[in-house]
Amino acid sequence: MIVMKVNGQEQRVEVDPSTPLLWVIREQLGLIGTKFGCGIAQCGACTVQLNGAAIRSCVTPVAAAEGQEITTIEGLSADTDTLHPLQAAWIQHQVPQCGYCQSGQLMSAASLLATNANPSDDDINAAMAGNICRCGMYGRIKSAIKTAASSDFYNAAEVTGE
Amino acid sequence: MNKWTRRGLLTTGLVVGGGLAVGIAIRPGNRLPGLAKHVASDHETLLHTWVKLGTDDSITVIVPHSEMGQGAGTALAQMLADELNADWSQVRFEEAPAIGDFANHSMGRGMLLAGVELPDMVVPSVQGLMIKTAQALDLQITGGSLSIRTTGEYGMRVAGAAVKQMLIEAAAIAWSVPPNSIEARESKLYHPASGRSGTYAEFATAAADIEPPVTPVLKTPDEYSIMGTRVDRHDIPSKVDGTAQFAMDVQLPGMLYATVRRAPTFGGGVDRIDDAATQGIDGVREVIRLPAVDGGGIVGAYSVPETVAVVAKSYWAAKRGIDALDIAWTKSGEEARSSETIFAQFARDIASGVDRQADVQLGDLPSAMTNAALTLEAEYQVPYLAHTCMEPLNATATVADGKCEIWVGCQNPLGFRSEVAAALGFEVENVTLHNCMMGGGFGRKAVADYAVQAAQLSAKVGKPVQLIWSREEDIRQDRYRPAITSQFKGAIDAEGNLIAWENTYVDKHEPAEAPLIPYQVAHQDIGHVASPTHVPFGAWRSVDHSQHGFFTESFIDEIAHAAGVDPYEYRAERLKDKPRHLAVLQKAAKAANWDVPLASGQGRGIALQESFGTLVAQVVEVSVAAGQTQVDRVVAVVDPGFAISPDGLTAQIESGIIYGLTAALYGEITIEEGAVKESNFHDYKALRMPEAPLIETHIINSHATTGGAGEPGTPGIAPALANAVFDATGVRVRRLPLNRPEIQLQLEDSRVAKAYSR
Repeated sequence: MIVMKVNGQEQRVEVDPSTPLLWVIREQLGLIGTKFGCGIAQCGACTVQLNGAAIRSCVTPVAAAEGQEITTIEGLSADTDTLHPLQAAWIQHQVPQCGYCQSGQLMSAASLLATNANPSDDDINAAMAGNICRCGMYGRIKSAIKTAASSDFYNAAEVTGE
Repeated sequence: MNKWTRRGLLTTGLVVGGGLAVGIAIRPGNRLPGLAKHVASDHETLLHTWVKLGTDDSITVIVPHSEMGQGAGTALAQMLADELNADWSQVRFEEAPAIGDFANHSMGRGMLLAGVELPDMVVPSVQGLMIKTAQALDLQITGGSLSIRTTGEYGMRVAGAAVKQMLIEAAAIAWSVPPNSIEARESKLYHPASGRSGTYAEFATAAADIEPPVTPVLKTPDEYSIMGTRVDRHDIPSKVDGTAQFAMDVQLPGMLYATVRRAPTFGGGVDRIDDAATQGIDGVREVIRLPAVDGGGIVGAYSVPETVAVVAKSYWAAKRGIDALDIAWTKSGEEARSSETIFAQFARDIASGVDRQADVQLGDLPSAMTNAALTLEAEYQVPYLAHTCMEPLNATATVADGKCEIWVGCQNPLGFRSEVAAALGFEVENVTLHNCMMGGGFGRKAVADYAVQAAQLSAKVGKPVQLIWSREEDIRQDRYRPAITSQFKGAIDAEGNLIAWENTYVDKHEPAEAPLIPYQVAHQDIGHVASPTHVPFGAWRSVDHSQHGFFTESFIDEIAHAAGVDPYEYRAERLKDKPRHLAVLQKAAKAANWDVPLASGQGRGIALQESFGTLVAQVVEVSVAAGQTQVDRVVAVVDPGFAISPDGLTAQIESGIIYGLTAALYGEITIEEGAVKESNFHDYKALRMPEAPLIETHIINSHATTGGAGEPGTPGIAPALANAVFDATGVRVRRLPLNRPEIQLQLEDSRVAKAYSR
């Protein structure tokens, strides 16, 4: 029995502890927004947050989530009626094409902005280098991250942080 | 041009401004039962195969194409809504169900009109029941960058205009006024003289009784209000919150998971399996041998050998299970094949020239070569490429009681349905296919092998099965972009004019015009020899244009340098009779500041390609240092005739460029011992954000015949890149990908060698 908090809710799953977190999230918990892309932490489609840090759930054994807080795309926004500023920026810049990688892109971007609300191009490149987009929307992703970073959400957070 | 046969589903056909437009309407009383059931409620009236009007004023456009990221649904809805004078905020679209009545026969029509070759069996029916042939061919396909220029131009626009006229007529009858005294705008009808007005929805039912017009009047570009404007794509909100439904996201009660493996050497089968270790893995239910399958469809026949599958309680158990199998594969006789032996075979077959078929022969090539001041020869090679859609191949099926229900993301829903039915021995009516959003398609998802496997597995285990291919299987059992060797000989006269162009390459596929050049050259001989290999091939974004664009646009660059002329000027000089080509080329050069010198170690390259009816010129800027090439900037100028959805087109060009750049920089499927060596993104790389250039896209609306959007961005990037590397270093890249040790060594030793001066 693994006990973890997923999107703020306690979850108990009966599963082989070596099972990658990705498959537990998708198959056991039914949170299908997190995607399978490569299985070896090369593409980032499976990115979720473990205590706020972006991780590749396809290679993270569910045992590593025991007692920890997991956030998936379904939990990115604080409530379901409101878009996270990154999601709003994604729409504003019309980022997704096929959309399959975008949950992972958003979770990586959210982890970046949580610790660096005013990232440089190099910061963005470094944080996003693990997420492949085969539709090639890197320019739009970068623009959208900058738009979100300039929103009140992050500027307010920055002030509070100081 | 004769009118279309006005029976059954087919109506309308007309000439607008000298052109032909075709649409399909469902005439009152002729609604097929199979279609009528897709009218969800009594409050909806199905006026047309392409549009539904709801009593809540909603307008639903039914799109007979699949969504794989290209956003065609939104652009097609724009076309219909504009002609209909609809209120865009009330317009939505849904993908047509995979039933024959929605076969996108306009696509077949458009292919004929555009002079593109279509399978012979379609051709006799130009004046006939195109929808019947489309049904027979299962032509509900998405590919060839055709959705907007066929379904959009010949279906959506005509449908929108026809429905608008039917609504006006219905209101005219109700109000007892002449139709031409009624105005339609923003989904409302107005009679200014009497002050009366009503919504489209109020007249939808009455309009369904109106005979569809034979000659609906289409708008001229100055009347467009939705076409040509930037609108938000309707599918994007679901793609930022995780709710977009891909086939892998379907979860059925009692569903099992499966994964598959085929012989790594193409053509190999299963000799024996030791599954002792697999059976010991918790969650594994069954190890299954699936029989070989012969498939077909519009992209060509294929054969899939026997396949091994593991079915389990979870994907992870299935994956561990298949990895634990000890499988002995039968020999296919291709075990000695490698990339080296394949390219050696290509060289041999080109040299022997047996059964060389000409694409183009102009003038007197041998004399021109003899009388030339200078001749130049070059040989180019490109490797096999995989598609690597972000979403690995998958399908979810449930087979029970002689019926199959299947969820899949595919580029040919009707074709997939037929193939699933054939594999199960069912009538097609007993297969229901739900086409889901695709996490990329790029041509791979036009081949039904993965859908057939899911259905076979569900039939075997008697439970719903979700089949997921591993990324390794996805890369090793693809339908690859063909490897090609292409040899050139060019000749220039004493003034540097290009007088002769000779080109022989291996293995011709589609489209036929891919190896042709737009430049004025009096003496030409372009042809090909057959050199088949055992590697399965398929359509890959931009198909043959992706290879030939690299070859021809590199070689014209080499000739320009040999002539001592700026490669942009050299191209422009040879396009005097092609104003559209010249315009995109000139605009690209201007936007990229072609005349402004770059620093040492930097270079610019240019390329021009017409594909799928759209012209694209690209200028690439690179920096080369320590053998490494960084692509700094790409300027693209695109003339699609008219950009229906400008931001959608821009996104497609950006996407096509990055897709082509991944291939040019990294893409190589290596054959070793008859099998694919690469297996995942660590050794089959994709371009990532830090390597992505700034892309600047400019659109020219020339109002020529509408071209495609999804593929034309891809062909020009590789040659523009190679030409830029030459500009920066003097190293000519004739074999892709660029990031290979031998090229990196050459780049390290390179010198800046500009044979011309700007």
